[in-house]
Amino acid sequence: MTILVIAEHDNKVLAPATLNTVAAAAKIGGDIHVLVAGLGAGAVAEAVAKVAGVSKVLLADNAAYAHQLPENVAPLIAELGAGYSHILAAATSNGKNILPRVAAQLDVDQISEIVSVESADTFKRPIYAGNAIATVQSTATIKVITVRATGFDPVAAEGGSAAVEAVSAAHDTGTSSFVGEELAKSDRPELTAAKIVVSGGRGIQNGDNFKHLYALADKLGAAVGASRAAVDAGFVPNDMQVGQTGKIVAPQLYIAVGISGAIQHLAGMKDSKVIVAINKDEEAPIFQVADYGLVADLFEAVPSLTSHL
Amino acid sequence: MKVLVAIKRMVDYNVKVRVKADNSGVDLANVKMSMNPFCEIAVEEAVRLKEKGVATEIVVVSIGPSTAQEQLRTALALGADRAVLVESAEELTSLAVAKLLKAVVDKEQPQLVILGKQAIDSDNNQTGQMLAALTGYGQGTFASKVEVSGDSVAVTREIDGGAQTVSLKLPAIVTTDLRLNEPRYASLPNIMKAKKKPLEVLTPDALGVSTASTNKTVKVEAPAARSAGIKVKSVAELVEKLKNEAKVI
Repeated sequence: MTILVIAEHDNKVLAPATLNTVAAAAKIGGDIHVLVAGLGAGAVAEAVAKVAGVSKVLLADNAAYAHQLPENVAPLIAELGAGYSHILAAATSNGKNILPRVAAQLDVDQISEIVSVESADTFKRPIYAGNAIATVQSTATIKVITVRATGFDPVAAEGGSAAVEAVSAAHDTGTSSFVGEELAKSDRPELTAAKIVVSGGRGIQNGDNFKHLYALADKLGAAVGASRAAVDAGFVPNDMQVGQTGKIVAPQLYIAVGISGAIQHLAGMKDSKVIVAINKDEEAPIFQVADYGLVADLFEAVPSLTSHL
Repeated sequence: MKVLVAIKRMVDYNVKVRVKADNSGVDLANVKMSMNPFCEIAVEEAVRLKEKGVATEIVVVSIGPSTAQEQLRTALALGADRAVLVESAEELTSLAVAKLLKAVVDKEQPQLVILGKQAIDSDNNQTGQMLAALTGYGQGTFASKVEVSGDSVAVTREIDGGAQTVSLKLPAIVTTDLRLNEPRYASLPNIMKAKKKPLEVLTPDALGVSTASTNKTVKVEAPAARSAGIKVKSVAELVEKLKNEAKVI
């Protein structure tokens, strides 16, 4: 068995989610090869070569792969993947965008967002916003799978010494082109990888009031998240949304401030180790999953919490 | 141009589902069913394209049990022109659905196909991408903005770090994210009118598509319950608990 893992990167830096995906591959067992498709991504390939457990790195460096357009990257993965038993990618927006296209090209069903490996052909994944866990078995010759990063502890980024092999295959279907992107800038830790996450909801009332959460987050070295209500109301950009349709996080500590705790929000954070809820409504559903609940006005409690740390 | 919208009937998003005692699946008897929220956004976007004069006809398609006609009627009441139901009693995988949609695309020849980014029951997030692969069309997934101009469509997509814009040659596949639009409600007169709009019923056999699957659900379990928490009285007590009991700060 040989497993192909698709590296998540921005042509410069390897994304941490790749390390969790390699961990899932290691649980399946077998040789692990990692594909780095991009433009000028040599440094990423070098970084992948050092990842523990990786035996070979395939580097497809071509202008067609510069922005990870699925129309071009999927045929590359399908072509390379034909010789593998499993193809894995992180369930990031890139992985979700590209991998189903690969699966359809290989004519196999995909298994999305696995959280555990039961055996080489059987996996667990959440359905219904995490309200049920399905055990799925695949009889496909090539198993195409996306991996939920929070389900697997990352492998070490150092210690490996894999060879880097250049892949010359170029696919440019010409059906799509990159126009531009607008990335949110933040000095705080990345939401999905942070050990502590402080999230705000509708109760924060406006974007300016998020400063209370930023102050608390900076004291804790935490990332800041939000509920859908806070995003829809324009308090914060939507890449901060935690939930079924936003980001899935499982930090050591999750502090929910002014968040009622709708099913869709819980889907994104209920695997956190410790959950703290600060809400003035003691009937809020968030208190049913919180390890520590504080019924209080957040505008008093949050600054007070910040000053107590 | 013709726009095809795919919709799915599923359990209403407000229902807290229960796993069946025999672990064979989720108990869907007597629970409220609705159109998948992302599909509502897809229908809304198609209707707006028609209102702008970009789309000339909206065909809405669903693949599922005969009861999915209810959701198709809802879409017709929201502004779709006609409906197609591919009737299948069994639960289909995303690949099987994508293959059936490909057959409908071949038949209807739309310029744009709009789907939701994911169904909130299976949480797969696969069908649109798979349909794009099968048709060979470009894909604009997780769309927060769609602008058609000439023979191409510019799609702004929600990505992990922010937003990305891609340009796709038509015909193309778009999947909707939450922020694309705010779906409208169907008015009573429109609900009445929708009853008279055409609704064609097909079968996978008639479309010549095999729905065989390589995936099998072995069992479905309830997630591990969290142990009950406690309410603290003050911020000082909270900090003390987090430091000494939970040891997370």
